[in-house]
Amino acid sequence: MEVAALIHKQLDIESIRKQFPVLHQKVNGHDLVYFDNAATTQKPQAVIQSLVNYYSGFNANIHRGIHTLAEKATKSFEETRVIAQEFINAAHKEEIIFLRGVTEAINLVASTYGRAFLKEGDEIILSGLEHHSNIVPWQLIAEEKGVRIRVIPVTPAGELDMDAFEKLLSTKTKIVAVNHASNSLGTINPIQTIIDKSHQVGAVVLIDGAQASAHIEIDVQQLDCDFYCVSGHKMYGPTGIGFLYGKKELLEKMPPYMGGGEMIKNVTFEKTTYNDLPYKFEAGTPNIADVVAYKEAFLFINQVGKKVAASHEQALLHYASKELSQLKGVRLIGTAPEKVSVQSFIIEGIHPFDIGQMLDARGVAVRTGHHCTEPLMYHFGIEGTVRASFAVYNTKKEIDKLVEGVDRIISFLK
Amino acid sequence: MTIGETQEDIIRDFSILDGDLEMSVMYLMELGQKLPEMKAEEKIEENVVKGCQSKVWLTASLVHERLFFSADSNTAITKGLVSMLIRIYNGHSPEEILPSELFFMQKIGMGRFIGTQRSNGFAAMIKQMKLYALAYKTKSEIQA
Repeated sequence: MEVAALIHKQLDIESIRKQFPVLHQKVNGHDLVYFDNAATTQKPQAVIQSLVNYYSGFNANIHRGIHTLAEKATKSFEETRVIAQEFINAAHKEEIIFLRGVTEAINLVASTYGRAFLKEGDEIILSGLEHHSNIVPWQLIAEEKGVRIRVIPVTPAGELDMDAFEKLLSTKTKIVAVNHASNSLGTINPIQTIIDKSHQVGAVVLIDGAQASAHIEIDVQQLDCDFYCVSGHKMYGPTGIGFLYGKKELLEKMPPYMGGGEMIKNVTFEKTTYNDLPYKFEAGTPNIADVVAYKEAFLFINQVGKKVAASHEQALLHYASKELSQLKGVRLIGTAPEKVSVQSFIIEGIHPFDIGQMLDARGVAVRTGHHCTEPLMYHFGIEGTVRASFAVYNTKKEIDKLVEGVDRIISFLK
Repeated sequence: MTIGETQEDIIRDFSILDGDLEMSVMYLMELGQKLPEMKAEEKIEENVVKGCQSKVWLTASLVHERLFFSADSNTAITKGLVSMLIRIYNGHSPEEILPSELFFMQKIGMGRFIGTQRSNGFAAMIKQMKLYALAYKTKSEIQA
């Protein structure tokens, strides 16, 4: 779409909201305000209906069946692979491996690429903004292989210290794994620079795209990243499904992750030969129903338009940040200029749990705690935050309810 | 007042709020604010109740055969929760506390305003209080 057309394309929030049945309910006597989108987004009716259609119309095991239902299920399953490929502009459809989500994708790369190619003395670079799922799998393999983990420090605004990153890079660096956007703070990281600089020392780069996939345009060929990980449920798709993108030449030389059916060519007790990509990494009967329904999530994002959605979400983010920061005692955590629609905050002297509980009583769903980023919380010297994260179906009026609720708890407890 | 009678009192207090969730949460926080301050030297790691998501310190002393608890928490709602338990158990003997049943939680619909995680934490607090009762009972039996 041309820029001019984009500017003129207005978001019809009401018609978008109508597509999400869960939003139309009372919670504790109030209209639900769902601001926990960074944890998981709600699902449009098309996704829900697709699950129903699959189970009531063409449930069958895929790929090896000769009958009509198996054929239909296989076709639908593979259609999602193609749409996922297009979504991130991957060069080949076999570069898309369906998995449970980002956690499994990172574990797969750490276990297979890591086990095959890391050796003692090598280094892995992570960042201080990472989710535990982009820390622990690397720690497991690092311990096994005698590999050192280095960490890119975080600035007070919640950005990566890129000078420090460059100093960490060396010929010992074999893997760099960072998120595209931080789940706790929303910071969008300069991944293009990270990828380019890492490649200069010969390291491979994995990007955790959990918080980016619904909000930022992704072009893995332009980025030239080696691995990119996506979770379906954070982009309006079903839970328990996501994918790993990997460059074909890397995936080909990596050993399999799990053994079983589907991932083999021939099995004898003497020797097994493995299937081609992507099936080499998709052992066993996959999550067929959720892959089929996942297609509708891509279509939803494509129909709305990522740029149009992002500009709406950015407007919500700026409004929320401005309004919250004006409340007495509120401290915003994460104030980088480039962010996805996530705002964390704390209130001096009031525990995040109390704020979360109080907001829930008013029908406002937020997340409280360390958001699976304990090292980041230590860095800021806090136990946790209240995190409000916005999706395309949220409104300014809903933010007013959040701010009202926070204001009320401040006046009550202070 | 017996353990049962204090619980009836709590049920009556909450019934005035007419099931309004926000009011109930605020009332709970108010109860927490009224809890006598715990001595700083008691807020130590060994007094932390295990199994609570928020931090809760709890300790007890036996005065003339009766137990007296003191507690604090880093969250206002949890402080309110523990304050209700203290109101119920304080001044009772270990022999009264140990077999007593708590029934007020269901009657005030506590499940609605504390989630599953806090419910587990609440159960941990009750368990800890009963453990104190058991420990003091055993101690006095040994001494007797």
